[in-house]
Amino acid sequence: MAISKEHEIHSRRLGRNLGLGLVLVGFVALVFGLTVVKVSNLDPGVVASEVKN
Amino acid sequence: MTDTSVFDHQNEAGFGDYIALLKPRVMSLVVFTALVGLLVAPVPVHPIVGFASILFIAIGAGASGALNMWYDADIDRIMVRTNSRPVPAGKITAGEAFAFGIALSGIAVVMLALAANFLAAGLLAFTIFFYAVVYTMWLKRWTPQNIVIGGAAGAFPPMIGWAAATGSITIESCLMFLLIFAWTPPHFWALALFMKEDYSNAGVPMLTVTHGRRVTRKHILVYTILLAPVALGLGMTSIGGPFYMFAALIMNLWFLKGAMDIQGREESAAQADGYKAEKAFFRFSLYYLFLHFGALLVEATLRSYGVGGW
Repeated sequence: MAISKEHEIHSRRLGRNLGLGLVLVGFVALVFGLTVVKVSNLDPGVVASEVKN
Repeated sequence: MTDTSVFDHQNEAGFGDYIALLKPRVMSLVVFTALVGLLVAPVPVHPIVGFASILFIAIGAGASGALNMWYDADIDRIMVRTNSRPVPAGKITAGEAFAFGIALSGIAVVMLALAANFLAAGLLAFTIFFYAVVYTMWLKRWTPQNIVIGGAAGAFPPMIGWAAATGSITIESCLMFLLIFAWTPPHFWALALFMKEDYSNAGVPMLTVTHGRRVTRKHILVYTILLAPVALGLGMTSIGGPFYMFAALIMNLWFLKGAMDIQGREESAAQADGYKAEKAFFRFSLYYLFLHFGALLVEATLRSYGVGGW
């Protein structure tokens, strides 16, 4: 039988899960942003030596 | 079988309780001072790298706060100021707080190393270690000088911000460190003077408990005198300038006057007016730090328009 009664604890858990979800999405976006910045700001000298190797 | 609950879900933690573990109010000071350290540095930082650096410095500071709440749950339960924190309130177990603190510490240090550099990450790791182990586990319950040495943990953020931008430790970042380091004892001892019952009930050896209130008042004055040359010295470095010097001069004179007032007061007079001077000094100490770092930021902004600095 499915639990149909809504309890305060369910909304609190929903809040916690949504919060964690947003934190994780934010973290992914930040890592993506950092990657873009790091890749676009590579030192040309380093890139040239990497290509030679 | 009845439908009675077998566990106490009334006390189950919400998202906000995990945020409370990170000591958001302390974190706001960390964010501000680290941001100033990063912005006044002579090396420009990409906004996303800067944002990530400040975020992970703040998370690292928050993680050390969670570790502090894990270890100090027993005394937090006794003190009125802290007994509603998530661990003593029974919303989060001490073990969960520990795991949360350790996990966030690791994430913050590794991410700061990737976003900025290894020096900044190393300083952050040392700060977390210093606050969680040296201060919380060792000094806090052992010596009345706990505030003096433990204050170093709160003094590192601007140095980390500076290191994130420049990759180095210089006289400027050392003086920003010293400014917070020397400011911490008068700030906390003023608080201890009017929150007297809390610390003695918890058995924390605050100076007020071990050496008495007369000695504490003298110590506040001594550290305020030591603080003034640090604050003014910072103004003579490359990040200082006339605006900062003027602001620092006014604030230090005011702070010194407050410390002298506190030193000269009899305990009976303080009790009679409800610790008015001590409370005013404590409140001003918050503005003192905020305005010093604010003045550094103003100086950096003026410099970018070619009018600030020496």
